[in-house]
Amino acid sequence: MRIGDRRPAIDWPTAIEQGAPPTLAVWKFASCDGCQLTILDCEDQLLAIADRVRIAYFPEATSGSVDGPYDISLVEGSITTPGDRERIAEIRQASRLLVTIGACATAGGIQALRNGADIEEFTSIVYAQPSYIDVLADSTPISDHVTVDLELRGCPIDPGQLVGVLAALLNRHLVRPPTTSVCVECKATGAACVLVASATPCLGPITQGGCGALCPGFDRGCYGCFGPKEHPNVTGLRRQFAAIGVDDDATDRLLSTFNVAAFADAEQAGGSEP
Amino acid sequence: MHHPTGADGDTRRWHLDHIAWDRLVRQLMTDVDEVIGPVMRSGVVRLRRLTDVGDLAIGVVDAQDAGSYRATGSSMPTRFDHGPGPDSLKAIVHPAETPVWTIRRRDGELRVEPAPPDTTTRAVIGVRDCDLRALQVLERTQTSGPHPDASFAARRDGFVIVAVDCTRPAATCFCTSTGGGPAASTGFDIALTELADDADVHYVARAGSARGAELLDLVANRADPAVVARADIAVASAADVMVRTLPDHARTIVDVPDHARWAEVAERCLACGNCTAVCPTCFCTDLVDEVSLDGETSTRRRTWDTCFSEQYSALGGEPYRRSTASRYRQWLTHKLGTWWDQFDESGCVGCGRCITWCPVGIDLTDEVAALLQPEAVAP
Ligand code: SF4
Ligand code: SF4
Ligand code: SF4
Ligand code: SF4
Repeated sequence: MRIGDRRPAIDWPTAIEQGAPPTLAVWKFASCDGCQLTILDCEDQLLAIADRVRIAYFPEATSGSVDGPYDISLVEGSITTPGDRERIAEIRQASRLLVTIGACATAGGIQALRNGADIEEFTSIVYAQPSYIDVLADSTPISDHVTVDLELRGCPIDPGQLVGVLAALLNRHLVRPPTTSVCVECKATGAACVLVASATPCLGPITQGGCGALCPGFDRGCYGCFGPKEHPNVTGLRRQFAAIGVDDDATDRLLSTFNVAAFADAEQAGGSEP
Repeated sequence: MHHPTGADGDTRRWHLDHIAWDRLVRQLMTDVDEVIGPVMRSGVVRLRRLTDVGDLAIGVVDAQDAGSYRATGSSMPTRFDHGPGPDSLKAIVHPAETPVWTIRRRDGELRVEPAPPDTTTRAVIGVRDCDLRALQVLERTQTSGPHPDASFAARRDGFVIVAVDCTRPAATCFCTSTGGGPAASTGFDIALTELADDADVHYVARAGSARGAELLDLVANRADPAVVARADIAVASAADVMVRTLPDHARTIVDVPDHARWAEVAERCLACGNCTAVCPTCFCTDLVDEVSLDGETSTRRRTWDTCFSEQYSALGGEPYRRSTASRYRQWLTHKLGTWWDQFDESGCVGCGRCITWCPVGIDLTDEVAALLQPEAVAP
């Protein structure tokens, strides 16, 4: 968050002042666990994290749990059941800072591809006893239900960004995730532009940076897993896709893969002009 | 006809066959820490560090247009028969990321350790006239004011530049209408003209500095007048093939801040920042601080920024350039207009990179032409 961003001020864990380790909880909703695995993937930094916080609830790493309150809650996954809805409200109540991690928590995730489809039809095909299934019609982001202090984008999140944000939160440091495009990171890392050099559809120009241009670095177009950047000009990029032979249906599929309606909503809201 | 010369009217010319060429590159490799030149990466000609003479891209031609770049093979073993790639000297002297300092907490006190200057010596092979001029433009922005950028000066120091005259400019190039090109004009140690006779690729060279002359004397013989004449013709005819132009009064776009074209280009512009990143003279930076998990050290880096980012204009609480139209206008009017007020020259050297590498193919020469048209009055 930069100066100038009118988001709520960060409510710093008081534990920091008192010299006690802040408590960190990790919560899981509908998700593939990939973001939690990213935390475990931080390897050499993991011990440094464990040194600074008391890990209170982390279903992927330990079976024990501690009652709240929690200083920092990392929330993975989207809200898909009535039970989820109640649980996220309780977690919000018990948490000083709530940080969502990954595309599921911030936008609804791949599972939100079902939004707008007939749930009863799905469940009757997939499950032997569809009556056991108690599920909401849509898969929705955490911010649809409770106030979120900070969002970490990506499917999955970027380990470097996670460690950077935790370090900042634990030390009362300014938190500034990028607001600019993946293109900025392509140029900084020296990745060749796949859109210009090989007419590969790439969502990078409208996607928020933070991954270090991972996919273009491997000569792949960006799939947009970090979601829309500030005021993305979706229509402008759609026009360019059409010029390189990608039709509207294919563009729509690309736009909706990881962040559901986030790009479509931005397109409807009018793109480049705020 | 204009005859390119070396420094101070030095009219000596050298001739390099492939043996002399290899000798030149090897000599540079022993003289400096890093030799950088055009190499192929992911289908694009990039400026990268060479580990061997053979790393240089050979037999590559390119086709560039607004929003499009294709490099293909040619039957001739030429080394410089392509236009500028996405990298300019900026990436070397003013890189995307520069360390600034590390702060450490020791015994309750904070100790600031400035990042040591980069003292690596470098040679760059294949620098075009637009980039020679861009280096001077950048030198002015970074070092002419009251607070010269020491990290720029350290990297610029001891640079050896082997320039190349352009004999086949890209379709996006328009250097001749910004006062330069296609022959290397200034600020080089050695300038080459590439000549290809079937499979035989050879070079006519001139010296731009004492160091350049010494190097050439060491590796090559003097050229005979007939081959020099051929080289001069090849360079002179390159000027005629440039299709894009920038009018002399381009800077007057500052006088039409309310022109409807600004809003129109904003419909197409993605505000992605590719143009500022590839532009050899765009110099704006941001400062990024990172604290360690234990809170004992904090590092500051300087990174490229872009005026196409909304947050770039965040001042006193709010970004003041909210619309893409205002950001595109800021970029173009600074580059072509207010740059004159600050540095007494234009910020554009006509390399065409912003045209090729714009993912939606926005062409500043088109935008300027439209902005200089009086607006149609509604009936
Ligand atoms: S590859 Fe994609 S993200 Fe990278 S510069 Fe090109 S359009 Fe932008
Ligand atoms: S390049 Fe795009 S799809 Fe790939 S990791 Fe980054 S944001 Fe996700
Ligand atoms: S504005 Fe465009 S053409 Fe001019 S110097 Fe910059 S990149 Fe090159
Ligand atoms: S002009 Fe092109 S490259 Fe520059 S910000 Fe706009 S879309 Fe990106």
